[in-house]
Amino acid sequence: MKSKNGRRATDPVQDRLAHARDGASTIDRDMVADVVSAVLTTMSGDLTAAETTLLGEVSALGRTIAAAKQEIAALRVDDIMDRDIPFATDELDAIVDHTAVATNAILESCEMLDEVAGTITGDAAARLQDAVTKIYEACSFQDITGQRITKVVTTLKVIEAKVAQIMTTFGVSADPIEKRDATPDDSHAALLNGPQLPSNAMDQSDIDKLLASFG
Amino acid sequence: MPIDKSMNVLIVDDYKTMLRIIRNLLKQIEFNNVEEASDGAEALSKLRTGNFGLVISDWNMAPMTGLQLLQEVRADSKLKHVPFIMITAESKTENVVAAKQAGVSNYIVKPFNAETLKGKIEMVLGHA
Repeated sequence: MKSKNGRRATDPVQDRLAHARDGASTIDRDMVADVVSAVLTTMSGDLTAAETTLLGEVSALGRTIAAAKQEIAALRVDDIMDRDIPFATDELDAIVDHTAVATNAILESCEMLDEVAGTITGDAAARLQDAVTKIYEACSFQDITGQRITKVVTTLKVIEAKVAQIMTTFGVSADPIEKRDATPDDSHAALLNGPQLPSNAMDQSDIDKLLASFG
Repeated sequence: MPIDKSMNVLIVDDYKTMLRIIRNLLKQIEFNNVEEASDGAEALSKLRTGNFGLVISDWNMAPMTGLQLLQEVRADSKLKHVPFIMITAESKTENVVAAKQAGVSNYIVKPFNAETLKGKIEMVLGHA
């Protein structure tokens, strides 16, 4: 196609060259012919060595991208997006719900014991009260585990968004991805780290010392 | 100075179970006038319309966090002297420092025990 256009383009060029040749006899005809020939060669689509190398690199890149697309498709990322991650987050949400229901049931019984403890006196009452208090304290596990699970859910959402981003970049099954928000839910941005793992955490006495250091 | 246990206490947490636990622990130490809020915004509106002698708040809540609530409370001329205890799983140094700078009265890390809660309340109200 290029050469076809190139040939067509030569007619007006030659007309102009002829016009110039008639008007300016001092121009070396061979020199003009060389220049025109060089220009026409480029126009006909011949490539230099550097251009050929570049073209080779670009095609290699294209093949790499095509291979990556195939590999991503083979991973069945749609399954990860549509089934695996939603399944995992639903399971984790269910854990939070179940522990909340169970904790409320424990607390309800505990409140009843508390009430009974109030109707009796002596050592039995004190021991009962003590046991009740320990159950109340232990029930805070629901809050702590709930916050840890929320962190895991947030991490899963980040992974989901990153997978979506990769799929968009490589143009694999673009349709379902466009409906998704590529940035993770940032409604928790103002929130902090949640519970630390026990090995990293400051305990109450560390916090008391830190507060005391303010004077 | 004896502590007035008939005062209104506002407890703030987005976990209903935690509100229930704190309410029961407060009841055991004879604080019976306890109101609940499940986030900072609800707490702030209750504080502005009610008469509270103590706030015990979680940090990690949306849309308004416990720290933002504390800042609002300290910036409010009517509320700025109300004792404010933060009870939170956040236990990093910078969290404690940020809460202190915002004017927290005391700081309890979760999971906590009844003894710690009682001790901090006495300390805070004794200083109030």
